[in-house]
Amino acid sequence: MNDTQAWNWEHAAAVLPELLEGLQITILATVVGMVIASVLGLLVAIVRRSRLRVVTFPIGFLVEFIRSTPLLVQLVFANLLFTQFPSLAIGCVVLGVHYATYMSEVYRAGIDAVPKGQWEAAIALDLPRSRTWGAVVLPQAIRNTLPGLGNYAISMFKETPFLFAIAVVEMYTAAQQYGAETFRYMEAITMAGLLFLLVSYPTSLLVRRLENRLA
Amino acid sequence: MPENDTTPAIQFQGVGKRFGDNVVLDGLDFSVAKGDRVTLIGPSGSGKTTILRLLMTLEEANDGLIYVDGDPYTHEMRGDKRVAIPEKRRSLVRRRVGMVFQQFNLFPNMTVLENIIEAPIHVLGKPKAEAIASAEALLDKVGLADKRDARTTQLSGGQQQRVAIARSLAMEPEILLLDEVTSSLDPELVADVLGVLRNIAETTDITMLIVTHEMQFAREVSNRVLMFDGGKIIEEAAPDTIFTSPTHERTKEFLRAIL
Repeated sequence: MNDTQAWNWEHAAAVLPELLEGLQITILATVVGMVIASVLGLLVAIVRRSRLRVVTFPIGFLVEFIRSTPLLVQLVFANLLFTQFPSLAIGCVVLGVHYATYMSEVYRAGIDAVPKGQWEAAIALDLPRSRTWGAVVLPQAIRNTLPGLGNYAISMFKETPFLFAIAVVEMYTAAQQYGAETFRYMEAITMAGLLFLLVSYPTSLLVRRLENRLA
Repeated sequence: MPENDTTPAIQFQGVGKRFGDNVVLDGLDFSVAKGDRVTLIGPSGSGKTTILRLLMTLEEANDGLIYVDGDPYTHEMRGDKRVAIPEKRRSLVRRRVGMVFQQFNLFPNMTVLENIIEAPIHVLGKPKAEAIASAEALLDKVGLADKRDARTTQLSGGQQQRVAIARSLAMEPEILLLDEVTSSLDPELVADVLGVLRNIAETTDITMLIVTHEMQFAREVSNRVLMFDGGKIIEEAAPDTIFTSPTHERTKEFLRAIL
């Protein structure tokens, strides 16, 4: 085996099992992160529609704050602050909260796109607020938000390598570790990149199909 | 309700409504007796639709009081101060008022049947089986029994509007507000919707407030016509009188323009 050659297929194969293990963590972080982002984003969108400035102002400030600071900084900061929690849990929550601020805008657009007449019909039928939201507005609004949700899921998936900074062994960290042990960074990083592509590209095709079907 | 109850179904007392500097209604007084079918006519911007929207609490009056069957609706006098009535009490009055919209406003995420049973179940607390049974009877009445499980988006405009009528009737309203219900329909679909409304007018004693440009329909169904201009009633008469021999110059002009 000649270690000076630029590309070594044996290393490319050897790194795969470790990458696949890392990929599981990557996917886990993305799924948990997206669940948090979807639920929290919806809550933020609904609360921000309130007319009470004591409610909307602090939430608005928090959203702007999170959106204006880098994800990487937030990860490291939260990891330093909450040392009692496992890094993976912190990573999932920070990803989720970060993306919730973006998801809330997607929801807001989805809610705004529900015609005014729908709200008026709900008033005319004297539906309670909870039914108006739960049975009339949100089912229509969420339909509008599904493509946005898909796109942010892909985007979050591709940002999971930031978890490297807080020592969560997702796929990119696994590649780095293999590189550090064997000095074959090229194979490890290339294979990790290919695996990212292998997951995100088909997903993006799926999202596009969903977009076309809903349009 | 006593047999010869003379409390008006609807009463406006000095009702004013402004949108910014634009005065839409100015100290409006009028009342509608129970079982009356009143058509509001007048040029656009004369305040007719605003009256319906006030009665549905889609807009809020700036001055004056509105009574439904003698009950204060959105505001009441406490001493000599006009105070807003809390939502809980408004809701009890609102429940007695139904509205059919120009744009139908059916819920597209529900089937035809689900649209009709939603409020009876979740507002009136009817058992589901009972709500479905009366919804089916209503669908039969509007001639759409076979569309029970259809998506509303699969229906024509005329069919959607008939479902919307059934949906508002399912709440068993005492007062039905019809806001230009045929204005966004293709001409060949208007007759079906008007037929359904004529049937309701003949077979129920629901008080109806109608804003429409279908003068023939207004003539057949209503027993009173109010001509609005600039947020005031300028003429009121039985339909035969107002359509054949209007007295006010503005009424003559208006009728000439649309007939």
